[in-house]
Order: sequence, then structure tokens, then C-alpha cells
Amino acid sequence: MDQMTNAMLELADLDALSKLDSAVHRRHPLVKLLVTIAYIMIVVSFSKDQLSALIPMVLYPVLLFQLSGISMRVCFYKMRFILPLVCAVGIWNPILDRQVVMQLGALSISSGMISFVTLLLKGVFSLMASFLLIATTNIEQICYALSMLKIPDVLVTQLLITYRYISLLLKEAGTMMNAYSLRAPGQKGLHFSAWGSFVGQLLIRSMDRSQNLYQSMQMRGFTGSFYYARESRIQKTDIGYLLGWILFFLLLRYVNLSVLIGNLFV
Amino acid sequence: MHMADALLAPAVAATMYVASGVTTGVSIKELRLKEEAEKIPVMGVMAAFVFAGQMINYTIPGTGSSGHMCGGMLLSALLGPYAGFVSMVVILAIQCLFFADGGLMALGANAWNMAFYGCFIGYFLSYRPIVKSKMANMKVKLILASVLGCIVTLQLGAFSVCIETFASGITELPFGAFAALMQPIHLAIGLIEGLITAAVLVFVYQTRPSILEVVGEEEVVPGKWTLKKIAVVLGVIALLIGGIGSQFASSNPDGLEWSLFGNEDGGYSANMGLDEEEFGVASSVADTAASIQEKTAFLPDYAFASNEDNPMGTTVSGLVGSAIVAILAIGLCTLGGLFRKRVA
Repeated sequence: MDQMTNAMLELADLDALSKLDSAVHRRHPLVKLLVTIAYIMIVVSFSKDQLSALIPMVLYPVLLFQLSGISMRVCFYKMRFILPLVCAVGIWNPILDRQVVMQLGALSISSGMISFVTLLLKGVFSLMASFLLIATTNIEQICYALSMLKIPDVLVTQLLITYRYISLLLKEAGTMMNAYSLRAPGQKGLHFSAWGSFVGQLLIRSMDRSQNLYQSMQMRGFTGSFYYARESRIQKTDIGYLLGWILFFLLLRYVNLSVLIGNLFV
Repeated sequence: MHMADALLAPAVAATMYVASGVTTGVSIKELRLKEEAEKIPVMGVMAAFVFAGQMINYTIPGTGSSGHMCGGMLLSALLGPYAGFVSMVVILAIQCLFFADGGLMALGANAWNMAFYGCFIGYFLSYRPIVKSKMANMKVKLILASVLGCIVTLQLGAFSVCIETFASGITELPFGAFAALMQPIHLAIGLIEGLITAAVLVFVYQTRPSILEVVGEEEVVPGKWTLKKIAVVLGVIALLIGGIGSQFASSNPDGLEWSLFGNEDGGYSANMGLDEEEFGVASSVADTAASIQEKTAFLPDYAFASNEDNPMGTTVSGLVGSAIVAILAIGLCTLGGLFRKRVA
């Protein structure tokens, strides 16, 4: 499957997931956005040797996956972009920092290994949180939450238009690429001689499309920003959800739950 | 070059958010969208176009591998720097939210590394001055502006990634060694990005020049410079940088060496306590390899073997080194081409 079809399917899948109905889906988008930001900030604030303290932070995504009924497998597939980069940066830690901090039988564990695993977990946790936000909240709700946070209308409108047109242009680029591939069998990508004409054609057509879009928007009385058909109010349960999670994150930040549980058995 | 949340400390992420946030605020103010509302759909659709363009595999001539484009310079050339920056921020936000490429906390840093340099530095330092000058015909100017702009902005972006990662203290890799890994890779990426941008801009210029931001403003004057002349000048500049630049080459060891052996002459203690002379594994194979290297290295440590104190040795080494690398690169491309033809 080519990259463009893949990207379109990923967008469609996320769109479908965000339309499910669950206790998490029903929470106010602003509350979900704030909880996600708080979670990621607290996760990345753990220092590189606080592995045992960081591990209990997994409870938030695990619980949310269960509550929302979304499969973790979809999320792990999305880690293909970021995890290699995190590994490339972190892999040097076990090589350069070999100070042994723990001995598990014959296995010596260095502080470099610990910092590497901590870094990987931070990457995985923060990505799971972002995924859960977008899988339980559709783009209109995200934009609504952003406008409630006083993010300029221009940015919010751009986000909506770009999101909507990505699928359309991906489809168009995919059709062009298919036509090109059929005429250039066995070729891995776009030949150097076609870089300008292929992408240039797509660009000019996109530019024309944007002119048509502007005219149709004007016909509908567009004044510079969109109006949301359904404005939702923050309920008491939403406030409870927000405060509950933030208190839980702070508790895990300052109390090492792993050590506490371990002390019960050792 | 997308940074992940895990690679940034909260303080660094917040600083980059402020920097990118201020730039976004200034850009939105400069855009004056209230008066020019037609820009809104154009920006949105162009951002979607760049997103689709990023998904295309571009075959790199002579290598058999393929590259991708980022699109910052291209958006600036089409929409201007302010609209280009806002559109790039939106693309990065969608990439981080829907494709897990980047991160919510790292969005500020990514906007700075990929959008700020491409849209502002690339536009104001390379694209606009070159395209507005009368040095050559427009086709040559577009190629030169795109290639130079993309190389410079990718280098700046990669260097920012190094600084942000180092400031976050998440890797044991020394700053010098990290930069030594990042910068050369992004030199190649910048060149490919520049060539893709140039190919698209030249096509647009030939078919519909009014779309280009700067070109549409003034009459096009054919210049005296041809593509061949520009290539020769770029070659001479590369040789001069190799030659003159190496006069100022630091006698201090590089980042990776520094991290392993330190530099006691420069006032640093041996960082990892390793002895440079004794470092390595003693074996008969290693001794044989060392003796072969001594015989074949006609420029040990970038100076002529016969006269190591002569600074001219370093200059000549720079020149010869540039030439060898160029020949090697051409040779590899030719060999790759021959191999693929034979396989086909």
C-alpha cells in the first residue's frame, strides 16, 4: 500500500474512532486537552534516572484505553516515526555511561541503560496520551477547545481547512502517482526529470481549487472564522475528571509508587 | 527532524513554545487577514498540498534511494514568509496530532526548527535577495535561491535540534559528537530539499509566474549568468571554503575525540580517562592496519607527511580533500548507475 493511501486510511480510522461513544469520548474537549498537556508535561519532567517513579504513569493511558474501548495496537503502529528517533538519541547512553548501579545476578545494569529505558518510556507514554486525545476527540471538538483557550481564529480555521483538504489532495496525489507508476514500471519513486512537472501540476491545481473554495465560502457569508454548530458547556463531571487526573499525576510525580508497592513485599 | 516530547525538558519545550508563539503572533498580525480574507483558503489548501507533497518519494539521481521534501521554503516562495510560517505550524500540528510525527510538547521546538528557519531565514537571506537581484535569468536564480536557502535552513534547524537536546540533558552523547552526526546528514537532506523546491518553482515560473510571491512583483530581467557559470562559481566557492577554512581548522580534537580523550592542552581533563596513544585493542591485525595506514596516509592529520608543521599543508589538504570527496561521490554514483543497469 502506498504512503498516500496509508495516510488517508489512518485519518479515516482516527475519524471513526473519535465518533465512538464512551465515558472518555463524552468528556469536554477542553478538559481532555488540558489533561493530556498536564500528563505529557509531568511525564517529561521525570529525570533520566527516575525509571521506577516513571513506570506508574502508564496507568493513565492503560486506563483510558480500557475506558474508551480503543485498541492499543493502533497506537503502537503510530510509534513508527518517533521511536526510531528517540532510540537513535538514547542508544548512546548505555554505550557512554557504563557506571554499574545495579547487579541482577550475572547481569550488570548501568545508569546508561536506565536512562535509555526512561527515555523510551517517556516517548511511548507521551505518544499514547496524544493518540488517546485525538482518538477520543474529533477535529471540530479540538478546534473548539483551542478557540476556548483563545488560540487565534486564523490558526484554528487553518487547522480545519488543512485537515479537510489533506484527504482530498492525498487522493489526488495518489491518483497522479498511480498513473505515473503505470507509465514507469519498476521505478522506485518520482524520477528527477518529473519532480517539477509532477508536483508543479498538483500545486497549480491546488491553487485553483483554493480560489474556488474561497468563492464558495464567500457565497455562504464567510467572514474570517467558522462558527461551531454545537457549543458544549463544561459539566461538573468534566471538572472532576480534570482535577482527579491532575492530582493523580502530581501524586505519582512526588511519590514513588513502585518503591511503595515494592516495600510491601520486600 | 521532528523532535519527540521525550527528547525535550519542560523548560526547553516551554522556551521554544514562547519563541514560536511570538513568531506566530507577529506573522498573524503581518498577514492582515481581515483585509485579505482570500488568503485564508489559499493558505489552508497550500498547507494540505505540502502535506501531500511530503508523501511523494523523490528518486535521488545516481543513488537509487529516495528522499522527501519538507516544504518550508516552497511555502514561503508561494505565500510569503508570514503565511508560509502559519501554514507550516498547522502542518506540524496535524502531523503531531494525527500521525504521531513530533509531539504536543515539542510542537514549539519543531515549529522553530523546521518552519522559522525555512520560512524566514531562507526567505529573507536567500530567496528574496537572489530572486530580486539581476545576476542571472530567473530559472538560474530560482535554483540558486532554493538550493542555498534549503541547505542553510536545514543546517540551522539541525543545529537547533542539537542545542535543544543538549540543553534538555537527555543524552550522554557530547554536544560536539551529536552535531557532527546531525550536520552532515542534513547537508545532504538540504541539498535534496533544495533541488525539489527548485524543480517545482521553475515549473511554476514557466507555467504560471504570477503565483510566485516575489516574481509577480516585478519585471523579469534576463541576466548574464548561465546555469553552467553558477555551477562553476559554486564549485570554486566549495574549494575556497575547503582551502581557506581549513587554515582556521581547530587544533583541538573533535567532539567525539574530546568526549573520549579530553584535551589537556586546552585545559580540559581527560573526560573518560582514556589515553589517546594507548586506546584501542592491541593485536597483530591492528598493528598491520596501522602500518598500512602510515604508508598510505599522504596527509596525516590534514598536513603533508613530509612537513607536518607547515600550515600550507592544512590548506592543501583541504583542497585535495574536497577534490577526493567530489571524485569519490561521482565515482560512487557512476558505479551505482552501472550496477543498476546491469541488474536491470
